Parts: sequence; structure tokens; C-alpha cells
Amino acid sequence: MIRGRFRAAWRPGLLAILTLALASVPMWAPRFWIYIATQALIFAIFAMSLDFLLGYAGLPSFGHAAFYGVGAYACALLALRQVDGLIPLLVVGAAAGALIAAPIGALSLRTTGIYFLMLTLAFGQMLWGLAVNWTSLTRGTDGLIGIPRPTLAGLDALNISLYERGPFFFLCLVVAILTFLLLEMLARSPFGKTLEGIRDNERRMRALGYPSFRYRLAAFVIAGSIAGIAGSLAAMSNGYATPDLLYWTVSGLALVAVVVGGARSLIGPVLGAFAVLFGQLGLSTYVPRWELILGTLFIAFVLFVPRGLVGLVRRA
Amino acid sequence: MFLLAAGLSIIFGLMNVLNLAHGSFYMVGAYIAYSVVVATKSFWLALVVAPVLLAVVGAALELVFFRRVYGRGHLAQVLLTFGFTLVFVDLIRSQFGPTTRSIPPPSGLEGAVQVLGATFSAYSLFVLAVATVVGALLLVGWRSLRVGAVLRAGVEDKEMAGLLGINLPRVFTLTFAFGAGLAGLAGVIAAPEFAIYPGMDANVLILALVVVVLGGLGSIEGALLGAALVGLGYVIGTSLFPQFAIGLIFALMAAVLVVRPSGLLGRRM
Amino acid sequence: MTEVRVSVAGVTVRFGAVAALSRVDIDVPAGERRAVIGPNGAGKTTLLNVIAGELRPTEGLVHLGEQDATPLPAWRRARLGLGRTFQRSTLFDQLSVAENVTLAVRARLHGGWRFWPARERAVNTEVEGRLEAGGIAHLARRRAAGLGHGERRILEIELALAAVPSALLIDEPMAGLSGAERRLTLERLQALPEDVTVVIVEHDLDAVFALAQRISVLDHGVKIADGTPAEVRANPRVQEVYLGAI
Ligand SMILES: Nc1ncnc2c1ncn2[C@@H]1O[C@H](COP(=O)(O)OP(=O)(O)OP(=O)(O)O)[C@@H](O)[C@H]1O
Ligand SMILES: [Mg+2]
Repeated sequence: MIRGRFRAAWRPGLLAILTLALASVPMWAPRFWIYIATQALIFAIFAMSLDFLLGYAGLPSFGHAAFYGVGAYACALLALRQVDGLIPLLVVGAAAGALIAAPIGALSLRTTGIYFLMLTLAFGQMLWGLAVNWTSLTRGTDGLIGIPRPTLAGLDALNISLYERGPFFFLCLVVAILTFLLLEMLARSPFGKTLEGIRDNERRMRALGYPSFRYRLAAFVIAGSIAGIAGSLAAMSNGYATPDLLYWTVSGLALVAVVVGGARSLIGPVLGAFAVLFGQLGLSTYVPRWELILGTLFIAFVLFVPRGLVGLVRRA
Repeated sequence: MFLLAAGLSIIFGLMNVLNLAHGSFYMVGAYIAYSVVVATKSFWLALVVAPVLLAVVGAALELVFFRRVYGRGHLAQVLLTFGFTLVFVDLIRSQFGPTTRSIPPPSGLEGAVQVLGATFSAYSLFVLAVATVVGALLLVGWRSLRVGAVLRAGVEDKEMAGLLGINLPRVFTLTFAFGAGLAGLAGVIAAPEFAIYPGMDANVLILALVVVVLGGLGSIEGALLGAALVGLGYVIGTSLFPQFAIGLIFALMAAVLVVRPSGLLGRRM
Repeated sequence: MTEVRVSVAGVTVRFGAVAALSRVDIDVPAGERRAVIGPNGAGKTTLLNVIAGELRPTEGLVHLGEQDATPLPAWRRARLGLGRTFQRSTLFDQLSVAENVTLAVRARLHGGWRFWPARERAVNTEVEGRLEAGGIAHLARRRAAGLGHGERRILEIELALAAVPSALLIDEPMAGLSGAERRLTLERLQALPEDVTVVIVEHDLDAVFALAQRISVLDHGVKIADGTPAEVRANPRVQEVYLGAI
């Protein structure tokens, strides 16, 4: 009861502040920071999709970067074949993410908990290996380069180009907000509650007649497709797709973002993504040993802030 | 390979902690071997120093950090070890740079040997021999000695072990140290055979995970079997379609998962 | 509502060397109230798990109605109208009491494949009614994890009832309850429609005799008696096992 009212009180406020703060970024921030904020938004979309898995469906995937990377490659391959519409590129990223997530999910979901984590990690690294070795398609470690930014019919008419940082930032912001709304809707829907039920008590759900495996698989595929969208945006933003996008540390960083921010909140991962990305890109610009510092920070965080940033807000 | 998986499996099985930094221990072991060989030209010295050093590091990490998160669920533990992998990789990179290093096989094991008409490098045979000996020792120890009995009690039932008056915290520290030491040993042994570079930890960690998944968690016999299968799969795969050797291994894993989700020799979950 | 007969034939369950059940035959015609009793470790919970589909028997068959249910997974058996409670309460700890019951009601009405927050008036009204009837309306918004033992046991039963089963398996509903809670639980079970088949495992023999039309007795995985309460009471082997407690 108390928790319910409390939740209702802090959430919209935090959301409004976050949206306004983000929307104002292009007005005052230097170019480099707009770039970092764009990357952070993309990472936030990715992290939100992972939170849907972890926080609501209770599935700790350590291979989520696979769908992110596959989305980026799908977008890159299509863009290099002269498809330049924004919508088709995002759709193909989502489709690729979902397509890969289905078989990986079907296999990994035969197990649960830590075993599931190990399997997704292993499958994720397998796809990374594929991206490195399947040179005829991916050009190996060099990656696919020279991806043009997409166009959107309405925007062209208004003379706004996604080549510029400001508009592209706003594009990412819009996609991030849409993702948030979509996942929030799913989380509150009967489907989301069913996932929470399965997370809390799979035996009971089965005894009530819910085929838990199918629900989990659906959640896994949905999260995979959203990760694919984030991957598409990453490919457009960077102009390239390389195997690095699928590397296991990317999955790990996303998990850290979710946990540092606070799982099962959808806002937490956004905060976490910004913290991690600013930590990573910000630190790496100014100090050479950033991984060391970041790693140490994670360790400290895990030890001392078990409930994440959102947990701090809730307590305050 | 087997050494690594065994260490991972024991730590996981006994302590219920999935240690992502296990690959890092292996990498650090290889780099220690490199440093010792460069400094003293003695591979055999490295073979002793690295496992001991890593066991100490492992014990220290367990005492200072991991102890605090046992009650906090798997995810906190995994993320903690993930933080350590970042730290280790960066430390190595700052000390040795990103380039690939290598060390020669120890004197006396440089040449090639003819066995049954096929040619093997003497060192590969040495690796095989060491793995077999250590594997046998582990298996025997596991099955008969007191250490094995204590560890098995831990794997089977933590509370029961506590009731029997076994000092679990101490056992945990020792297990962790032992697992780290095994990983270090594996690192040293692998050093002359494979390249030494700051990303080797991830590759080997994944292979170890596959081995463990294949064999079944917390089972030494399973780790042995899994390592043999992965090794075999790798050799066959490399000769058939070199680029996708790893694919065959994963296909194997997928197949095992479909048939027996808890691994070939694993207990039912 | 369809009527569902519950029967197991020649069921054996082995855990390694232990045989938790050996060649057990139990046939409960539709609408009968059957109690299964026996000392601790006799195999009663194992029997319910086999019927519910959580355990595959090593040997033997399970029938629900006329259908061979042996190969069906637990959730399919639930769809055939089989409900159950667990010996150790298994609730949805992170969700509120109302959400707990909602999941059970929704399972029957339209499942969980709705991807937007629907206004499910039928579901909500039914949930309210059930919370009222179960005497837990005042707990509706509390998280299940924070409930006391008695409250958990009652919610445990309400979850099973909310699925409106045609056949219901109940595992030790009375364990650890106070006198008042026992009476409430007994009333809830006696209020079940006549045509619901009930298999109840219970150590509280007063409750057993108040509810059951027939009783089956298990000991060390073997069925040692089967009959009306009077017959079972008079059975010398049962008296031996229970040391005259009956
Ligand atoms: N998953 C399992 N693995 C191994 N043995 C088991 C398992 N489940 C039950 N057993 C064993 O099977 C036997 C029957 O157990 P069961 O739980 O069915 O007894 P019960 O009649 O329900 O007892 P109680 O009155 O204590 O609830 C016991 O000896 C128990 O130790
Ligand atoms: Mg029982």
C-alpha cells in the first residue's frame, strides 16, 4: 500500500525531469557531449530491453549484446545496399534481433537461473566468433564501414537532416521514449504480470495452466528485437558495425547498467546506461586506464549499493 | 582445457558462485609464465610460481570481496567477478601492452615426435601428459581422500557439511584458491602453445563454460568428458571447416541441451 | 462444468534407490471426496505431484477423466480442469494478494496473451468477490512476501479455488493453522460444488473425517488400505501404522 503510493509519487516526476533534461542537451552541450549523450541513449534503449528480461521476466541474460550486434549488422548490410529509409532500417534491425533471439532463447530457456546466464553468455560469444570469422559477410574484425545516415521523408521536406548531431540525437530520444512507453505498457499488461508470476513462482503458474516456456520465449524475443533496434541506431550513429558490438563485455556492461540503475523499474537502466557510458567514454577521454577505474567502480557498487540508483531515490 | 573447466566447475559446484574472472586467472597465469621465462629463462620455475601466486590471489579475493556477496544471489556475484575481469585485463594491458607475446617451449620439448605414424610436437604430448596426470590426481583425490570427501559434502549439502563440523568459510577460501591455482597452472602450460594476449581470458572462459555445460556442473568426471568432447570437436572442426570450428562445438552443446538440459553427467536440476 | 475422474494405475516413482511410491492404484470417481493419509515420508506429496504432472512416474499411468494424462505437462493438465495446492505455500511473493488471485482467475478466463493494460472488468469483479469470500479482502494490496503463515495458507487455497477446478488436489491445508483458521478453511472446502473431485492429503484426522467419503492409506510408498472411513478405521494394518491414533 505504502509502496504503491510512493511509487506513483516519484516515478512521473523523475520521468519528466529526465525527459526535459535530455531534450535540452543539444541546446547547450558541446558537440562531443552530444555525441556521448546519443551513445548513452542508444545504450539506454538496449539496457531497458534487458531490464524487461531481468526485472520482469527474471531472466539474467549475459548474451544480450548478440541481438544488439546482429541488429547493427543487419542495418549495416541493408544500408550498404542503398536502402536509406529510416523505418525499414529500424525494422530490419528489430527483425534480425528477434530472428536470432528465437532459437537462442528456445535452447537457453531449457534451463533457468545461473545456467541460463552461462548459456546466453556462450551463445553470445559464439555469434561474436561468427562476426569475426564470417569474413565474406562481415569483413571480419575490420567490420562494415561507411554506413550512411538514413533519411525520413517528412524530415527531408522540413529540411532537417539526420546527418547532423542535433536531429539524430532527437531521433534517438524519440525512439528511447517510445521504447520506454512500449515496455511500460507490456509490464503493466496481463502479459507482463504473467511474466512476473513466472519469475516469482514457475511451478504455481504451470499448476494454474500457464505454459511458462512460451511466455518466457516471447519475452526473450521481444527483448531481442528491441536490442536489435538499438543496434540499428548504433550502426547509424557510428557509421560502422564491428564485432566489438557483440563482445561479451557489452552484455556485461548492459547488465551492470540495469543493476546499477535498479532493475524492474525501466527508469533505472536509463540512469545506469548514462552512468556507464559517461564512465566509459568520459573516462577514456581523460584517463588512460579507464577500464580499471570502471571495473573498480562496479565492484564498489555491487558491494555497497545493492538496490541500484533507483533504490537510492526510493529511499530518499 | 580440462584443468580450467575443473577449477570452474569445482568453484561453481561447491560454492555456487559463477566466477567470470576464472579466465582472467588463466590469462594472468600465462603472463606470469611469460615474465618468469623472460627474467630467468626457466619454464619449470614458472610452472611452480604461477599457480602458487594465483592461489594466493584467489584466496585474497575470496576473503576480501566474494565473502560479502554469498547471500546476495547469483547476479551480484557474477557482476562482481565481471568487474574483476575488466580490472585484470586492463592491468595486464597497462603492464604488457596490447601486443601478442609468446614463449618457447622448455628445452628438451622443442622437437617433433612420431607417434603411430602421425607427427606431434613434443610439447603437445607434454600438455596431454600433464592434463592426464592432474586429471587422474583430481579424480582420485575427489573420490577417496579427505579433501574430496569434504568438498563433496560441500557440493551435496552445505548445511549437512556445517553440521559435520566442517569449517565452511575456510573450505570456501581454500576451494577458491585451489580453483584459481588450477587456472594459473593451465595458463602456464598453455603459454608456449598458444598466443598470450589481453583478450585470451574471454576465449578460454567461454570454452570452459561450454565444457562445464556439456559435462554437468559440479562434476569432475563431467568436466573431463566435456573437455575431451570439446577438444575432439575442435580438432575435427578445424580440419573440416577451419573458420567455423567453434560452430561445431556450439552445435554439440545445443544438441546436448536439447537431450539433457543438466549436462551429460550432471545431476537433475 | 465437466466432471473429472482422477486415477493412477500401477504408479511407481523412484528417486535413486528410494521407491517413494510402489505400484500404487488409486481411483477417485468424479465428484468424490477422497483423503490420502499416511505417516511422514509415506509418499503422499509424491502422489499428488504425479497426478499434477510435476513428476513423471517411473512406471504406471495417470488418467484424468477418460484421457490418459501420463505424457501431458502440468499446465495442460491444469487446462483439463485440475487444480492443486502445495504443502509449502508457493505464492507470487513480489505481487500483491489481489494480483496473486488475478493471475489465477485470468488463467481460466483468457490467459496472459494480452499485451496492453486491459480493463478486465469481469476479472476484477471476480477477484474482489473471491477475496471477500476467502476472508482476505483486507489484505488485497499487501505483498504476498509480507504475509503471516496462516494468511499464506489461506491465500494458497484461494489461488487453487480461483481457477475453479473440476478436480482439486490439496496438500495439508491445515498444517500450522490456528483453530479459527482451520474452521474457515474447512468451510471453504465444504462449500465446494458437489461435482468437484477432491483429493486431500491431511494429518488432521478430524478434518479428514469431516470431509472425506473414502480414505486411502499409504505407508512407505505402498497403499495399505482403501475404503470408507469406517472400514479404514477398523483395518488392523492401519491401526498398526497409526498406533491406535484413530
Ligand atoms: N525430489 C526428491 N528426491 C529424492 N527423494 C525424494 C524427493 N521427493 C521425495 N523424496 C522421498 O520420497 C519419500 C516420500 O516423500 P513425500 O514427500 O511424498 O512424503 P509425504 O508422504 O508427503 O510426507 P509428509 O507427510 O512429510 O509431507 C520420502 O522418503 C522422501 O525423502
Ligand atoms: Mg507431503
